[in-house]
Amino acid sequence: MKFVFKILKDFPSYLWSGWGAIASIFLFFACWDLGYQIYGELVLPSPLETLSTLWVMSHNDSVIEDAKITLYRAFFGFGLSVLFGSILGLIAGLFATASIMSRPIVTILVGMPPIAWIVLAMIWFGMGDFTVIFTVVVASFPIVFVGALQGTRTLEGDLKEMGKSFKLPLHVKFLDIYFPHIFSYIFPAWVAALGMAWKIVVMAELLSTSDGIGAALAVARSHLDTPTALALVVIMISSMMFIEYIILEPIKREVELWRN
Amino acid sequence: MEKLIVKNLNHHYGFTSILENINFELNKGQVLSIVGPSGGGKTTLMHLCADLIDVQEGNIKNSFTSSSFAFQESRLLPWKNVIDNIALGLKAQKISTKMAQVRAKKIALRFGLEEIDFDKFPKDLSGGMRQRVSFARALVTKPSLLFLDEPFSALDIGLKKELQSLLIEMIDKKELSVLFITHDLMEAIRLSDEILLLKADPGRIVKKFKYDLPQSKRDDKFVYSQSAKILQDEEIIDTFELELK
Ligand SMILES: Nc1ncnc2c1ncn2[C@@H]1O[C@H](COP(=O)(O)OP(=O)(O)O)[C@@H](O)[C@H]1O
Ligand SMILES: [Mg+2]
Repeated sequence: MKFVFKILKDFPSYLWSGWGAIASIFLFFACWDLGYQIYGELVLPSPLETLSTLWVMSHNDSVIEDAKITLYRAFFGFGLSVLFGSILGLIAGLFATASIMSRPIVTILVGMPPIAWIVLAMIWFGMGDFTVIFTVVVASFPIVFVGALQGTRTLEGDLKEMGKSFKLPLHVKFLDIYFPHIFSYIFPAWVAALGMAWKIVVMAELLSTSDGIGAALAVARSHLDTPTALALVVIMISSMMFIEYIILEPIKREVELWRN
Repeated sequence: MEKLIVKNLNHHYGFTSILENINFELNKGQVLSIVGPSGGGKTTLMHLCADLIDVQEGNIKNSFTSSSFAFQESRLLPWKNVIDNIALGLKAQKISTKMAQVRAKKIALRFGLEEIDFDKFPKDLSGGMRQRVSFARALVTKPSLLFLDEPFSALDIGLKKELQSLLIEMIDKKELSVLFITHDLMEAIRLSDEILLLKADPGRIVKKFKYDLPQSKRDDKFVYSQSAKILQDEEIIDTFELELK
């Protein structure tokens, strides 16, 4: 509770530090507009037109429906990855054999291109929700798994011994000694997995479903409707930035305050 | 009667013998120091006594009702601030969080930490401050037996003396027994009822010295004259040959 309060208290000063980021976003818009003036509307619609398309779209029920579907798939897949990746990673980390055995599997999962998973999933599960969620899980699970595994593997024997010397009860040992250490590994892994999930979900939708932002993107492409395509990209990027900079980054700062 | 008894203790890591035939007794209210060169197995011996590592050969009987440990390398939790680190020791006891904080703050002040340091994380503390926090964490629990592994090594002279007097105060009230490791002979003479000289490779006790004068009555003169006496001892010269030159 104290912790949540502290995050909220430091939030304004965090936002204030964001002027630099805002400046660079405006610079980006300026370059974009320059591109529009050189290449013309069909290739690169102006930021203004894109934003006005976005505005119209935001009042369109079917677009909102698409966004909801995509959000649901991304978070469902992400949630499964977090749940199973964290638990299995912790367990694997506790046993030397399990962590050695899981390494090649993780390497395969990480090394396999997501597009290959999408193709396989389409063959196995056909078109639809399940294919998308499967791909999201397969792509983001190993990230969480590795984070949890490393967090558990790197627990310090010295601190365990210290806990033992004070005869700390098990729940105190877990909350005060193990958890903060593991969390400092697992939390960044969650953040990375969320980014991955968000990217993969759109790609999987584009290829394998008829609804969601990815599918809308495919439709826009077939109509050569560049403003709509760009507006969809803006939706994706800005929602990612919102989650990353407004929600996760402030938490990460507080969590990692003790690190040098 | 609370007691720590070590009998015929041997210990090895791999094929290297670290401790050989160690025997001693520590009674309630006593201070027993182990003095010797680094790498001699002092830390290993203390970890054995505190039941942090398993005894391989021999016997250790510990009937003290409570104990705590101040480690050589402070071992603070990097994600907790000074006060929460100190209060950690109290979490094994049935004390409210609020009360634990109060006691931690009180002892922190006594140990020369300042109010502005209370919220700092270990990464922002000097080596000496970390040692003080670690020492305070061990003492806040009011243990019956205290294990001290070179707790004053990173402190400057003034603070060292101050903490030594704090310790002497508690020893004087007979409420504390201490197993103390140091490689500072004068410190050992100031604080101990008995000094064990541990020689390295493998670690074995080659000499014992006893002091009957109560710690609170020992002045600088006593410490200097006893040190001078001890330093003429053949065994001491032999054991410390590297450190004294
Ligand atoms: N866990 C361990 N595994 C193997 N060797 C160890 C271990 N701990 C200590 N040693 C060795 O035991 C010897 C004594 O170490 P230690 O007890 O720390 O000595 P001291 O505290 O007197 O400096 C050293 O040579 C050290 O390298
Ligand atoms: Mg040592």
